[in-house]
Amino acid sequence: MPKKVISGNYAAAYAAKHARVEVVAAYPITPQTSIIEKIAEFIANGEVENLEYVPVESEHSAMAACIGASATGARTFTATSAQGLALMHEMLHWAAGARLPVVMVNVNRAMAPPWSVWDDQTDSLAQRDTGWLQFYAENNQEVYDGVLMAFKIGEHEKVNLPVMIIESAFILSHTYDVVDMLEQEEVDEFLPPRKPLYSLTDFDNPFSIGALGTPADYYEFRYKIAKAMEEAKKIIKEVGKEFGEKFGRDYSQMIELYKTDDADIVFMGMGSLMGTVKEAVEILRSEGYKVGAAKVRWFRPFPREELYELAKSVQGIAVLDRNFSFGQEGILFNEAKGVLYNTGAKPIMKNYIVGLGGRDLTVNDVRKIANNMKKIIEKGELDKEIDWYHLKR
Amino acid sequence: MNTLFREKKANAKKIMFKSIDEYPEVPITLGTTLSNFTGDWRNFMPVVDESKCIKCYICWKFCPEPAIYIKEDGYIAVDYDYCKGCGVCANECPTKAITMVREEK
Repeated sequence: MPKKVISGNYAAAYAAKHARVEVVAAYPITPQTSIIEKIAEFIANGEVENLEYVPVESEHSAMAACIGASATGARTFTATSAQGLALMHEMLHWAAGARLPVVMVNVNRAMAPPWSVWDDQTDSLAQRDTGWLQFYAENNQEVYDGVLMAFKIGEHEKVNLPVMIIESAFILSHTYDVVDMLEQEEVDEFLPPRKPLYSLTDFDNPFSIGALGTPADYYEFRYKIAKAMEEAKKIIKEVGKEFGEKFGRDYSQMIELYKTDDADIVFMGMGSLMGTVKEAVEILRSEGYKVGAAKVRWFRPFPREELYELAKSVQGIAVLDRNFSFGQEGILFNEAKGVLYNTGAKPIMKNYIVGLGGRDLTVNDVRKIANNMKKIIEKGELDKEIDWYHLKR
Repeated sequence: MNTLFREKKANAKKIMFKSIDEYPEVPITLGTTLSNFTGDWRNFMPVVDESKCIKCYICWKFCPEPAIYIKEDGYIAVDYDYCKGCGVCANECPTKAITMVREEK
């Protein structure tokens, strides 16, 4: 298999190319990234066939064009980041509501103001309720694999929902790492051409999409999306398992568990920061700490069952949120705590707000958090629930 | 009355879903204008005076619905199942052949 040293953005672009996307609609200026530049380069060099690139005047239009293209049955891809994603917001609901499996890579970048080009998850988590599946990549390899799986999962006949693959700004998007790519034939075998649920090019059976749904019908269509999201959990596991069997990288768990079997304390989080956390777990274990890591790969649909299983066996969960919901708490913390409320599993949970706007979380930080958690567990009570860990005091 | 879509409209049935399993997966073509009439939104109805009509079809072009159709004899007529009574046709008619009349319901 061809290995390349590439950025997360290039990994995304290569995956889109290997998935044989037919339409890419994107806004080509800031906050756009080198994902779209690379795809434009593929086209300019004649490296791709049957790929229509539609440059548009805004991210809102980019998603609108993707929706139109996807409604004709085309495999559709786009990419954006932060403020661009925010501008797409209305259309994100549209893609999910019309049940169109558009795949988008979002580079997790902090929302302005103040302006920032660094990593922060609040941009994508603010799109939580739009009906998109969300996958948080830890490294460039997961960006590549994630995009390929996203098409297969989103286009599955039981799902038909859009999928967002999310990578950390700078840490993945612009940092080069080894990515083990697949041969085109392997991808073709794994990912056959899309079989759309409906197509606007079906001229013999004309229909309208997005018509009025009165109170007599709207409710049922929301349920259909909720059901498809539940189904998606099964499909994610199936596709993740198949990917592992074929290519050696298993994605059958929606939460990747790292050394949690005998762990008392588990660090839970998403995205690239979990790479550091896993490294820290290694080091802390050699120092005698009984710690593990739980990397939430899929935030939507939320892996309720897997979290419950994990929570049954641990004493404390330190939720590391590189995001914040003002007026409440870290978003992953909020969700995880909510899931466990009606279960018997009640580990002590504490929310550490870390890494906002790209501030580094180091191995030493993880050690300090482990020590803090240890103290809390010994005492049996929280010192505080939400900890702005890095705050200069 | 049954004019703009002829037999198609006469034979159209209203789509009603009784259980979640009857619903399509996607909200496409939930109902159709063949059975969902918007003409009952109207307060003023356009009335055509054929003696003044010069068959210029400006009203036909301007009707935003469109609810105006051309009859076999070349004169225009309004399909009141769809006409919302906006009055654009009466406003545009160069010979004042269309008058808006308050409709009593």
